[in-house]
Amino acid sequence: MDLFEYQGKQYFARYGIAVSPGDVADTVDEAVAVAERVGYPVVVKAQVKVGGRGKAGGVKLANNVDEVREHAGNILGLDIKGHVVRRLWVERSSDIEKEYYASFTLDRPNKTHLGMLSAQGGVEIEVVAEENPDAIAMISIDPVRGLDIETARRWVAEANLDEPAREQTAELLVKLYDCYTRGDCDLAEINPLILTPDHKVHALDAKVTLDENASYRHPEWEEFRADEFEDPREKMAKERGLNYIGLDGTVGIIANGAGLAMSTLDVVNQVGGAAANFLDIGGGANADVMAAALEVINADPKVRSIFVNIFGGITRVDEVANGVLEALKRVTITSPIVLRLDGTNAVEGRAILAPHLNDHLITEPTMIDAARRAVALAK
Amino acid sequence: MSIFVDENTKVIVQGLTGGQGRFHGLRNRDYGTKVVGGVTPGKGGTDVEGIPIFNTVKEAVAATGASASFVVVPPKFASDAIIEAAEGGITFIVCITEGIPAHDEAVTYNRLVEDFPGVRLLGPNCPGIISPGKCNIGITSGDIALAGGPVGIVSRSGTLTYQALHELSQQGIGQTTCVGIGGDPVPGTNFIDCLAAFEADPETKAVMMIGEIGGSEEERAAEWIKLNMTKPVVAYIAGVTAPPGRKMGHAGAIISGSKGTAQAKMDALRDAGVHVCANPTEAGAKMVAIVKAM
Repeated sequence: MDLFEYQGKQYFARYGIAVSPGDVADTVDEAVAVAERVGYPVVVKAQVKVGGRGKAGGVKLANNVDEVREHAGNILGLDIKGHVVRRLWVERSSDIEKEYYASFTLDRPNKTHLGMLSAQGGVEIEVVAEENPDAIAMISIDPVRGLDIETARRWVAEANLDEPAREQTAELLVKLYDCYTRGDCDLAEINPLILTPDHKVHALDAKVTLDENASYRHPEWEEFRADEFEDPREKMAKERGLNYIGLDGTVGIIANGAGLAMSTLDVVNQVGGAAANFLDIGGGANADVMAAALEVINADPKVRSIFVNIFGGITRVDEVANGVLEALKRVTITSPIVLRLDGTNAVEGRAILAPHLNDHLITEPTMIDAARRAVALAK
Repeated sequence: MSIFVDENTKVIVQGLTGGQGRFHGLRNRDYGTKVVGGVTPGKGGTDVEGIPIFNTVKEAVAATGASASFVVVPPKFASDAIIEAAEGGITFIVCITEGIPAHDEAVTYNRLVEDFPGVRLLGPNCPGIISPGKCNIGITSGDIALAGGPVGIVSRSGTLTYQALHELSQQGIGQTTCVGIGGDPVPGTNFIDCLAAFEADPETKAVMMIGEIGGSEEERAAEWIKLNMTKPVVAYIAGVTAPPGRKMGHAGAIISGSKGTAQAKMDALRDAGVHVCANPTEAGAKMVAIVKAM
């Protein structure tokens, strides 16, 4: 789960990482109220989960109440790369002497944690990595041992941070690592991390991705969920416990297993179609799951046909077939359904469906055949 | 021959008394796997359909001589179960548990590497391993596999592993061993481990490799293949049409920036002389053709 900047800052604050005083605002009046409280000048920042806000006019400095009104009014409702701004973060503006970069993420090839620190912050780190890779000091951290303050001090020196920033940054890095590990982040990134003219170090931005697998030990994540989905289809799917990702095509997809679901998207694409979604119903495809899956796909107005791709392993195809029939009794599906059923009890499954087949319920022997049929029906 | 397991491998099941553990453990035994014990703290002395239950892995190993363990416990207990297996003397651990936090996996992996260098972990979040006719540890349905070789399969995805077995078995092409390495960000066993074992196994004549978006294991495997592999490799990579920044079901299946795309993986594999196919059916057909031409 990706957090908005304001959520990331709230999360950082839990781990003692210094951020600018500020608050969220959903209206112009709320933005003014926050600005009056934290004191001018303030920065009004669009809350969207996409980069390049500044260039798109989503980050503005305001010196007085009129400017807050003007900028908040302009930014709310702004479309930034397809993300409409519905919320602002208003914070006290900071004087900046230097901008740095700091992050922790998993180093997958080495199976360790990767820390990145740079004296060149405020720009995209990918650009720094491309143009001046030596400007990024990387360290590999053994997940068993973690990061201690001594190592952090050496790291800060290696990154050539300015002298007045070093000790504070080392301390902040230990806290950020604690947030990254104990806070179960996939990514904890500060860009920029700033040094102010009066020599204070704090986080001016926050990019945090949380590991959903750890949600069982983080009840505090619940408050982040209310604003999690911008796509109403994904919200509906989540409420039904489905593993769903909305896409732009016209062929609705239901498959069992993440790999097969991904592969189904690819095959639909190869035969000239485009998937409306990714949906993995996992191991137990009973009537409830199938009904919920069909319901979510049916609610997508772009969908013209539905491709159900099942390879029974633990999942029994006869149960899937019964699930489909049961689901059809509960939900009226507008688009034709094409099924490809293979694996455990496939023969029984196909036999169950046989008497019910018509031009809205079709079976095909292979994945490719079914993809072709579903794509043809979606044209 | 087979890799990592064979007909003599003795297996204990950590979590045999749970719903899933019982279902898959008994299914593995029915397949012919030597399932010699189960471990559930507090239930030692009982049994599951004749399979004795022990309180600890250590007791189970002492009593049965098991060398492999099948870990089928909920995510919050899985890391401790894996370490207990290693401490108890198990050398091959298969963990099918889905949903273990990435940081737990990273800590567990590194503890194994540092303290138990002789132990191999397969998974987590994998379908397990099957050597047809000999041993099946995990959730793969035994009847879609065909004994007698000559193909080795290694895959990051569960259902696509079944699809691969099905494509080959239907055409009468058997498998030496089929290994599901799992779709999580920190897999205990990777492509290279399996490719190296298949390369060394005289009965394996060709390898089918199924990858997906995310990470760079396929690219690393390609490098390895280029330098070391003499046997033909057929590959399929899922997720060509996956959008960046979204986890496609598996925790490890995510394209970050320009990294981890299916295209980059396919290019690297092609460059290493691997037969890269557009979908699982084509990959199956290609492998059948290669084997029949041998």
